[in-house]
Amino acid sequence: MAKLGSLSKLIRSKNAGPFVLTFDIMFEDQVTYERVKNSGVLSAEVIGRIYSVPVQNVLFFYCDHALAIKASIPRPVTQGDIGDSDGHGGQQYPPLLSLEIPD
Amino acid sequence: MIRENYGEDEIRILAPTGVCGSGFSEESFAIALSQMPHFIGCDAGSTDPGPEYLGKGTTAFPVEAITRDLRLMLLGALRLNIPLLIGSAGTAGGDIQLALFRSILESIAADEKLSFKLAIIHSEQSKPLLFEKFNEGKIKPLEPSPPFDRDVISRSAHIVAMMGAEPFSAALRLGATVVIAGRASDTAIFSAIPISLGFPEGLAWHAAKILECGAAAAVLRKSPDCMFVWLRRDHFVVSAPDPELRCTPQSIASHALYENGDPFQLIESSGTLDLTQATYHALDERSVKVMGSTFITAQQYTVKLEGSELAGYQSILIGSVRDPYIIGQIDSWLAKLKDRIVRRVEMVFGQELAGKWQLGLHVYGKNGTMGALESVKNISSHELCIIFELTAPSQAIANSLAGITRHQALHLPIPEWSGLITAIALPYNALERGAVYRFNMNQLLLLTDPCEVFPIDIIDISN
Repeated sequence: MAKLGSLSKLIRSKNAGPFVLTFDIMFEDQVTYERVKNSGVLSAEVIGRIYSVPVQNVLFFYCDHALAIKASIPRPVTQGDIGDSDGHGGQQYPPLLSLEIPD
Repeated sequence: MIRENYGEDEIRILAPTGVCGSGFSEESFAIALSQMPHFIGCDAGSTDPGPEYLGKGTTAFPVEAITRDLRLMLLGALRLNIPLLIGSAGTAGGDIQLALFRSILESIAADEKLSFKLAIIHSEQSKPLLFEKFNEGKIKPLEPSPPFDRDVISRSAHIVAMMGAEPFSAALRLGATVVIAGRASDTAIFSAIPISLGFPEGLAWHAAKILECGAAAAVLRKSPDCMFVWLRRDHFVVSAPDPELRCTPQSIASHALYENGDPFQLIESSGTLDLTQATYHALDERSVKVMGSTFITAQQYTVKLEGSELAGYQSILIGSVRDPYIIGQIDSWLAKLKDRIVRRVEMVFGQELAGKWQLGLHVYGKNGTMGALESVKNISSHELCIIFELTAPSQAIANSLAGITRHQALHLPIPEWSGLITAIALPYNALERGAVYRFNMNQLLLLTDPCEVFPIDIIDISN
């Protein structure tokens, strides 16, 4: 087992416009990317559970050329609205770091 | 605009940086100019800095920084006698920001004794026109979208529509060398000229998607800088002018992910850029060749509407708690505090403020960053920072609410101590945030003529 955080070269979150939050999980090499992809640990369901979003509102992609996995959800609070604590959405990814990926 | 010197089979495009005002290296820019671009494009806006820029008409980057970048770009473009296209002027692209950009350009031109034809493309929308479009059913939600009706239009401080490529081409056809556009699709700045010259739309939009962020698609961008594209009939090549920056197939492919909900289908006004068949090959250590990107033309031309409305006036209080007894019961202590503040506000203002003010809390050291979504529930922080955010219908009331909050928070007791305590450390008294805004729409305006709501002013700058 290894934590997703230690297998990725970059995990980030960011606004995709004021109403969407998007996550990029990127890998250095094909083997690690395939390992995480094939593990099935990351999925629309898992993203939905972590971020309290109904699964039908989660967009989820495998990006083979980029060696990356991507997910997008409606922003929990509209960017900059009262109650928003992360204007650029840049610090919403840490719960993903501790996901356990089997060997 | 279709100048003699555009190549039949190649168009070279320079993006000096990802946002006008964020800067770029003069050395990289000089290298890029020596590669003989056919035009220079630069994005100058974003919704990322928040709704206040559209709401207030201000800019996220300082005027001095915008002026520095614009001066270098303008001098470079005029020296090579090539167009300079700027989109989303002044963060939000409203009329106030367009006027600012115009005045900056005029003052640079006067300083440097420059003459050129300037086009200003407006993107701010009038409320009467939008009421009419709404009544005709020409405004549709772009999900996820907040509720929308006539009142949303009425309440907005400013509304802009995000133009596609066509208004840029129209401005160039009117003879402009320098185009300053209001709110524009970032990619339209770079795709307009190639598309009007008949280059494949898929490649043009894909190259534009990479260019609009400047050097961001390089492996490790040190600081904001230039990006360069050679667009040809069946592929494009992308490379960063700074010899120390490398683009790799993975870095270029990855860029389609950045700030983008869907990495394969990128929606533009005129259709969808489809990257599912795109391929990426290393040409050398620093350059990537891209092929296979396609574009599916939409049946209906649409432009996105962005609006910002006043959400109220804010005053905030920043404090910290070090007492382990208070930290141990922080949730119940804050709940009690909230209750006390509500009662005190009622005592002072009666019912007149009921439902018209808000207290927001950010508790750093606990869940200040992620709020209810925080997965760590048990904290071991030895201190917590709390931001109390008071929102009211006027600044004076917000300040009064912050004063009430301050006093209630200072002395709210806990059972562990008997006697009057001072429970919170305050480095400052309340801070005024002024007017605060919210993005209030994510809607599409259906157009038959892509230029219909984007009037163009042509100005002869002569020195």
